[in-house]
Amino acid sequence: MTFAEQYIAFKAIVIKEVLRFLRIWVQTIVPPIITMSLYFVIFGNLIGSQIGAMDGYRYMDYIVPGLIMMSVITNSYANVVSSFYGCKFHRHIEEMLVSPLPYYLIILGFMFGGIARGMAVGLAVTLVSMFFTDLPLHNLAIIVTTVIFTSALFSLAGLINAVYAKSFDDISIVPTFILTPLTYLGGVFYSIHMLPELWQQVSRLNPILYMVNTFRYGFLGISDINVGLAYAIIFAFIAALYAYALYLLKTGYGVRK
Amino acid sequence: MTAALSIENLKKTYANGFQALKGVSLSVQKGDFYALLGPNGAGKSTTIGIISSLITKSSGRVRIFDYDIDQDFNSAKRLLGLVPQEFNFNVFEPVEEILVNQAGYFGIDRPTAFARAEQFLRQLGLWEKRRDQARELSGGMKRRLMIARALVHNPKLLILDEPTAGVDIEIRRSMWTYLRQLNAAGTTIILTTHYLEEAESLCRHIGIIDEGELIEDTGMKQLLSQLDMETFVLDLRHPLHALPDLGSGHVRLIDESTLEADICRDNSINFLFEALSRHNIEVLSMRNKTNRLEQLFVHMLENNGSGTGA
Repeated sequence: MTFAEQYIAFKAIVIKEVLRFLRIWVQTIVPPIITMSLYFVIFGNLIGSQIGAMDGYRYMDYIVPGLIMMSVITNSYANVVSSFYGCKFHRHIEEMLVSPLPYYLIILGFMFGGIARGMAVGLAVTLVSMFFTDLPLHNLAIIVTTVIFTSALFSLAGLINAVYAKSFDDISIVPTFILTPLTYLGGVFYSIHMLPELWQQVSRLNPILYMVNTFRYGFLGISDINVGLAYAIIFAFIAALYAYALYLLKTGYGVRK
Repeated sequence: MTAALSIENLKKTYANGFQALKGVSLSVQKGDFYALLGPNGAGKSTTIGIISSLITKSSGRVRIFDYDIDQDFNSAKRLLGLVPQEFNFNVFEPVEEILVNQAGYFGIDRPTAFARAEQFLRQLGLWEKRRDQARELSGGMKRRLMIARALVHNPKLLILDEPTAGVDIEIRRSMWTYLRQLNAAGTTIILTTHYLEEAESLCRHIGIIDEGELIEDTGMKQLLSQLDMETFVLDLRHPLHALPDLGSGHVRLIDESTLEADICRDNSINFLFEALSRHNIEVLSMRNKTNRLEQLFVHMLENNGSGTGA
């Protein structure tokens, strides 16, 4: 395919993916807004008012960036894992396999679909958070790039999960048993400096900690970790997951007999 | 002449050890209408899956208009349109969107894709349904949608895997007309079907696969010429209680208004009508007892040890 044809094909996948989650917006956009509103009310307002300041900020202000990032992570992952597995299950992945689409373009198309959902949900949750607090804005570029790269990373992870999945149960195992615990332990609700030294070091093995803190840095200008290191880790994960997804599709694992 | 499809010694063994193809070789000429027949599990869909990249071959060579799928699969894919046996579109997508997306995967820009979608949806009688979700279509409409989708990038080789399964006779016949027009316009067509009447009516060449091997690959006329005996059913105007001596032992009285006659292919049928006329037996209508191709097909499978019907 020429470059122009590849661009058209890429656009076709992204449009299809965006229309897919917009068509079912009650299932894709509304639930995270409701869930995060509850977090804002219960943890931010009710419990947060008893906790006091965290790193010099009201507890509500401290947790809002983490909660936005939590919704970005879960939704970008959920978008690709459910869409790609749906394609496999209903066999319309074959529409792409019989076409001259290169595998890398299939990956990028689904990844950008996941980024679009992550950004749409992130924006919606951010708008809702404005009813509860006036978030400061330290660095817009860091906020935007962290959302894009984080949702890219989890979109790729969702795609790999979908390639391996053999039933609908398989696409909920990773979010339930891995993603949610890592997110909760990734500094959304607390600073790792509150932990004993050993658990601080253990927490540093959690990649989500770097994304949450970088995103929080974009709003508040504070972080438990080095922001440059966080970007390096995010890029390393994206590169590794992309390479692995490409390897899986090239070998036909899970999609071709 | 360039072969639209050339397969050499194609083998496929699945992970569970089942050998679906044991070295199939066949060639389909450009412009041909080719029937690929065989009983269930014979290897037809595996062959089609390998040609269209949905199944990975174990060994062998496949070329589509001289493009080897191992060396230039993308060029080969551009020339190939596939209508699979199972519905494989997103049932929640609107009909038009399915075609436009498919065109997009082939690098066709959206304005052209919309124009082509309209062209094929109109030709296949689905234009009024373009905004409906695919799940709302009837079975026959879904089959036609898959044909429209396979044509949206203007392939030169169209492979249809049981395209008329579960479709009523009226729609089936309209699909036959459409496929004949496509073939006449230059599209090479490969068809698998369990309706042997369909294959006999549409196709000029035929390949029969059984147990992973190609047991026949010939012209339809040549194949039918192998049939040495045909059985005809004759409906009588007046009841006949006993069969008079017609001078032939190959006529049977089935019931008081039906006769069956076995006629050798090289013999004239006139002698039978002369004998019936002598006894004032009036024939209202006459038909073949079984489809000629079906008769041969069953015979070949029996000889190959399968013994299964279509």
